[in-house]
Amino acid sequence: MNILTNPKKLRGFERHLKVENVSRRSILKGLGIAGGFALAAPVMSRPAFAAYETGAGAMPHGTVVDPRVFVSIAPDGIVTIIGHRAEMGTGVRTSLPLIVAEEMEADWSRVRVQQAPGNEAKYGNQDTDGSRSTRHYLMPMRQIGASARSMLEAAAAKRWGVPATEVKARNHEVVHAASGRKLGFGELAADAAKESVPGIEGLKLKDPKDFRYLGKGQIGIVDLKDITTGKAQYGADIRLPGMKYAVIARPPVTGGKLKSFDAADAMKVSGVEKVLEVKGWPWPSKFQPLGGVAVIARNTGAAIKGRDALKIVWDDGANGKYDSVAYRASLEEAARKPGLVVRKEGDAEAALKSADKVITGEYYLPHLAHVSMEPPVAVADVKGDRCEIWAPVQSAGGTREDVAKTLGIPEANVTVNVTLLGGGFGRKSKCDFAIEAALLSKELGAPVKVQWTREDDVRHGFLHTVSLERIEAGLDKNGKVIAWRHRSVAPTIASTFAAGAKHAAPFELGMGLIDNPFEIANLQCENPEAAAHTRIGWFRAVSNIPRAFAVQSMVAEIAAATKRDPKDMLLELIGSPRLVNLSSVKDPWNYGEPYGSYPIDTARLRKVVELVADKGGWGRSVPKGHGLGIAVHRSFVSYIATIVEVAIDDKGKLTVPRVDTAIDCGTYVNPERIESQIEGAAIMGLSLAKYGEITFKDGKVQQGNFDDFPVIRLDESPLVTHVYIVPPGPDTPPSGVGEPGVPPFAPALINAIFAATGKRIRSLPIGKQLEA
Amino acid sequence: MIKVKINGQEQNWDGDPDLPLLWFLRDEVGLTGTKYGCGQALCGSCTVIIDKQAVRACITSVSDVVGRDVTTIEGLHPTGDHPVQKAWRQLNVPQCGYCQTGQIMQGAALLMDNPKPSHDQIREAMAGNICRCGAYQRIENAVRLASTGV
Ligand code: FES
Ligand code: FES
Repeated sequence: MNILTNPKKLRGFERHLKVENVSRRSILKGLGIAGGFALAAPVMSRPAFAAYETGAGAMPHGTVVDPRVFVSIAPDGIVTIIGHRAEMGTGVRTSLPLIVAEEMEADWSRVRVQQAPGNEAKYGNQDTDGSRSTRHYLMPMRQIGASARSMLEAAAAKRWGVPATEVKARNHEVVHAASGRKLGFGELAADAAKESVPGIEGLKLKDPKDFRYLGKGQIGIVDLKDITTGKAQYGADIRLPGMKYAVIARPPVTGGKLKSFDAADAMKVSGVEKVLEVKGWPWPSKFQPLGGVAVIARNTGAAIKGRDALKIVWDDGANGKYDSVAYRASLEEAARKPGLVVRKEGDAEAALKSADKVITGEYYLPHLAHVSMEPPVAVADVKGDRCEIWAPVQSAGGTREDVAKTLGIPEANVTVNVTLLGGGFGRKSKCDFAIEAALLSKELGAPVKVQWTREDDVRHGFLHTVSLERIEAGLDKNGKVIAWRHRSVAPTIASTFAAGAKHAAPFELGMGLIDNPFEIANLQCENPEAAAHTRIGWFRAVSNIPRAFAVQSMVAEIAAATKRDPKDMLLELIGSPRLVNLSSVKDPWNYGEPYGSYPIDTARLRKVVELVADKGGWGRSVPKGHGLGIAVHRSFVSYIATIVEVAIDDKGKLTVPRVDTAIDCGTYVNPERIESQIEGAAIMGLSLAKYGEITFKDGKVQQGNFDDFPVIRLDESPLVTHVYIVPPGPDTPPSGVGEPGVPPFAPALINAIFAATGKRIRSLPIGKQLEA
Repeated sequence: MIKVKINGQEQNWDGDPDLPLLWFLRDEVGLTGTKYGCGQALCGSCTVIIDKQAVRACITSVSDVVGRDVTTIEGLHPTGDHPVQKAWRQLNVPQCGYCQTGQIMQGAALLMDNPKPSHDQIREAMAGNICRCGAYQRIENAVRLASTGV
């Protein structure tokens, strides 16, 4: 079995590792299975909402637009809408059903949301990552709601014997204005279900000016009450009768293997029932488990204590020498030599030689761990050739596929129940923990919960890569930038899928490297080789973090060298309002979106810079020891600019009095959740900039918990974060929100530190660099 | 056999007396509102209130709480309408929500001890509770709102 190389089975970003042109086969399959009225986006032209195409149709299983799949109405009028994406804090479990409710004229207080299990043939793609949910589902959800509305209207018109054009759904009932008659949705439910589903072409979508919910932000998330009372169910909260609790000791070095173990002491621990080996896969093997030794107990505490008492001998394997200090030196060396050219405009080499002045910056960002507040955890119940999973997974469909494959049973026999996720950040796109639970449940013949401890999470995850970005900017004698060479070197996520992958995948190149928006005549991007020695995975905003850090720091460095205002410098480099031409790039990726709907629009990029400068008081005078920094970055096809005000005291202690962020994410659903995502992105950005560092020695991660991998706490968090959302134009397609807030934060902070102190930090985390 | 009182109800425990209260609550009693985040008193996800004090259940053993009243998020208020819970909902504090029960218990304990905390007191008292989603601005504002009346 090779789960790595069958392109038909590749999901999400993985497809971009292997497949150049994605066919629509998967969508057609969805059509067949869902029967009569499963339509795949892209979306057709509408007067009320201009046409735009998205990459949704190219995702595994595409989209399914069928009200019978997503909406049901009970006789008492309660409308149940399916949430088919994973909720990890973005609000998607509320916002997608809210779109349906909006279009169908349902009253939100009479709507219940039901979480879909993993079933992409039925619901369409469920990979909740890449900041895609609203972007891909705004229009399909509107169409589902509009279809349901028109079926309700048709049923009422029939009941009254009037033409359907005379009736109108309004706030949970259908009204015949001429006669004043009304019927509630509940009274119409049975008849509406008998109506045929209307063709998508004839659907009439609501005029946005009639929206009650969309774009308003007054609706709280559906789980709000349960979260505040402890009733909300995360993966860790699932309890089944007869369930066993397991923790696993995993090989400390990626690619390592179990040699031998002695369970005698572990078995003496009160509550421990069994100790057994768990199957592991050789590295790399996508998301398959690492293997190790499992301790089974009557509760998690006993399992952890039992694991502490295990005596294990490991074979560390080929990565046993991975050392972060030495590895950094190798990245620096690679970045100082020419690498694979991945974008070339003009002749940067010659222009750098003829430049009056060359400014060079090398920017380092270490590995980062996700440390979602809920560590990985899953419950599995395997009975014969059937398996049921309960887990906080970002990819319900992918989990179903991988579990089925691992157990050697048909996918149809695997049920994946998606719980709430206690944070995801990309970690829970990988379902290794669910596979572990399935393997153990099969072995033990009982339901099993596998709980990862925080140490497991920090030491055995899929880390954010480690990177060196080297930028050389050539200036002419007037200080104009005439050349830009950016070498980006980092182990690739592709190395988790295929042994020996050393170059960035197109989706990584497309995150802040080859999509550079600057108007510079001679621009070259290179990607030297880098070998991976641990599992590399997606981390919120992915390669955009190091790239934005490097590019936006360099802008401020050039401004300082030429004595210009950093914001003016930034606007000068962005240049004229235009759509950036990426024709010289082999695969511009563009977050999987068609360039026609989602071009790199420098007018929008400029606008967020100008907006944040205006609202955030760029240029205002600040107290001594304070400084302002600015950065902008387009990612996940959204445009975000941030200003950070920093304060550094005479001991070098850093605080952040104020953050201002402007975001243009096109047409949006819930501005209140956009604000919360951006507020959170500032915290995550500050965490990684100030503290974020995972290091290896002798192949092993040296950190384990929040003491040695600290994150920002309330006492260090910015005093205030302001968020400004650009009102969308009528034709602006929706774009990402969950991730793009992160990348501009660190460079804005670093530029602010420079403004405050004159110190230029090129190596993250800041750590103690400001002290002394 | 150990007897402990959780949310006013007596619970028996015949297993390891050193078992961390966190796992006793979650796995043995079934009160899953108290969360695991670090196991080392570093994150506050497991915060419960014992004798009006915020306590980390992950480093407290079952035997430590014999004869004391343990309140978990499930017992904070019969209908979930403690002022801190209400303030949390009014300001839409949670993102993923996982840390929030611990945050709410910490906030409630703070207000028992200091009904009108200052800005700095809030930031300091809540600093033991990590929110990886970064909902801090709203956490701070919600504690303040709860202290001034919801
Ligand atoms: S789990 Fe107890 S403080 Fe983190
Ligand atoms: S809301 Fe997700 S960790 Fe706090």
